[in-house]
Amino acid sequence: MHFLVAGGGPAGVTACETLRRLDPAAEITLLCGEPGEPYGRMAIPYYLIGNIDAEGTRLRKRHGYWEGLGIPLRHDRIASLVPDRDQVILEGGERLDFDRLLIATGAHPVSPPIPGIDLPGVVHCWTLEDAHAIAERADEGSKVVLMGAGFIGCIILESLVKRGVRLSVIEQGPRMVPRMLDEVAGGMLQAHCESQGVRVLTGTRAESIAESGGRLAVATSQGEIPADLVIVATGVRSNTGFLDGSGVDCDQGVLVDEHLESSRAGVFAAGDVAQGPDLLGGNRQVHAIQPTAVEHGRIAALNMAGQGARYPGSLNMNILDTLGLVSVSFGNWEGGGEHQTLSLDSRDAGRYLKLVFDDQDRLRGAIAVGHTEKVGILRGLIQSRRPLRGWRERLQRDPTRIAEAYVGAIEASA
Amino acid sequence: MQRALSIDPGKCTGCLQCELACSFEHTGLFNPSRSVIRVFTFHEEGRFVPYTCTQCAEAWCLQACPVDAIAINAATGAKEINEATCVGCKVCTIACPFGTVNYSQATGKVVKCDLCGGDPQCAEACPTQAITFVDADQTGLERMRHWAVKTDAAAHA
Repeated sequence: MHFLVAGGGPAGVTACETLRRLDPAAEITLLCGEPGEPYGRMAIPYYLIGNIDAEGTRLRKRHGYWEGLGIPLRHDRIASLVPDRDQVILEGGERLDFDRLLIATGAHPVSPPIPGIDLPGVVHCWTLEDAHAIAERADEGSKVVLMGAGFIGCIILESLVKRGVRLSVIEQGPRMVPRMLDEVAGGMLQAHCESQGVRVLTGTRAESIAESGGRLAVATSQGEIPADLVIVATGVRSNTGFLDGSGVDCDQGVLVDEHLESSRAGVFAAGDVAQGPDLLGGNRQVHAIQPTAVEHGRIAALNMAGQGARYPGSLNMNILDTLGLVSVSFGNWEGGGEHQTLSLDSRDAGRYLKLVFDDQDRLRGAIAVGHTEKVGILRGLIQSRRPLRGWRERLQRDPTRIAEAYVGAIEASA
Repeated sequence: MQRALSIDPGKCTGCLQCELACSFEHTGLFNPSRSVIRVFTFHEEGRFVPYTCTQCAEAWCLQACPVDAIAINAATGAKEINEATCVGCKVCTIACPFGTVNYSQATGKVVKCDLCGGDPQCAEACPTQAITFVDADQTGLERMRHWAVKTDAAAHA
């Protein structure tokens, strides 16, 4: 049995480890598209600050770990998946046969199609190599323009400030992290960043980038912003291009069923490239987050090894620490429809909590700003679909008692 | 035989000795806000419930860590944070459905129960035996361990 795992991120790594545990004798190959050992993008901000070196970003730290598992790392990518047989052609030209294939090829950053986007000094922040390029240019006092205040932009925002740059952030949406935070929370984040000397322009579009005498200038709908470095963090897209014509159905990502299997038998997908079941129902979603990548990787591997594991779906969730202000969101935080929303807005004290319940007192989503204590219970409540009957009135008076409600519910079920 | 914390809320008087002992063991200070065991008070019912990590088999925190900073202590079974490796990204704090891994502003790292290396000070300090350290299969903690974890139901083979 040959298991081919394409992609050395958390999904691919977890899948390899699970496969090895299930099948000590199987041949397992891990294709890494980037140089070096598998690393975690989540660690990049800490690399940029200088808290860790490149080795500190590794997903697995032990020396000789991959040799020990008997899993060779091959630094190559799939160029195409052969339509009528279980074989891939690598970019290096070699053909590899497989019995089961896991596509865990992640995503790539996308750029807005504006003039000057390819100039030197305009970079992404996605790979460790990108981070090197930023670290070289983002010196104390340099002018940096961050295009995009989405999750990726915001997760590196603090490290840029800590490097002492003069930072301007341009976001096309109406607020910061519009897909993670509502108006109140996004507004709090913006006010907090501005109070720390970061210029934040929301509802603003970058129109072009020009270069003159080694300096850059970003033309926006709010005027021109000079820059030594422009970081483009305007979103990412699943890496599915190599699957054209392969018989694997794709939409936003590779469409997978509750076994993480694609439309083509024996071909599975996991992590940022996979568009799979959503725990809260509805259409299949790409939830490009670390916990989902790991769950996908494990469950895909179980199915690749014939264990018949069913995945109930991923829950979207994120946590950001922006210059000391911690924000989190889970699930369906927008509310609306039949949902009931309880919120406590103490934005002057740097705190905000919003809880969204369905008509059976079950938590469906949440946003918390400035609350870090026991935030994981919000996931536990959404995932377990435990109704909080009897707590409604108390939570209406004070939603911050949600942790108590949770422990109380466990007790009641004991 | 590995041992686990057993919590009997019916015996808890809310004296908070466990929180004091825990914070002292981990930080050298008597500071309940830095304890990783927390006593919930239910005034309406006059009940107290000590609450901490159950060292669950799913190990959500360990699985979610992007830098390999959480490992299982082979002797105690505890999931332990390696402070030197932890970057403070907090992903584990949203991944743990029990809310028992938390970010510490003081250290810039996450903290959780480590069973004090096999001699949990909360149990030691508890004057009413509401918290005891017993053979793992006697604790009845299994119900709690499986309480919130449906996403992952099929994930362990």
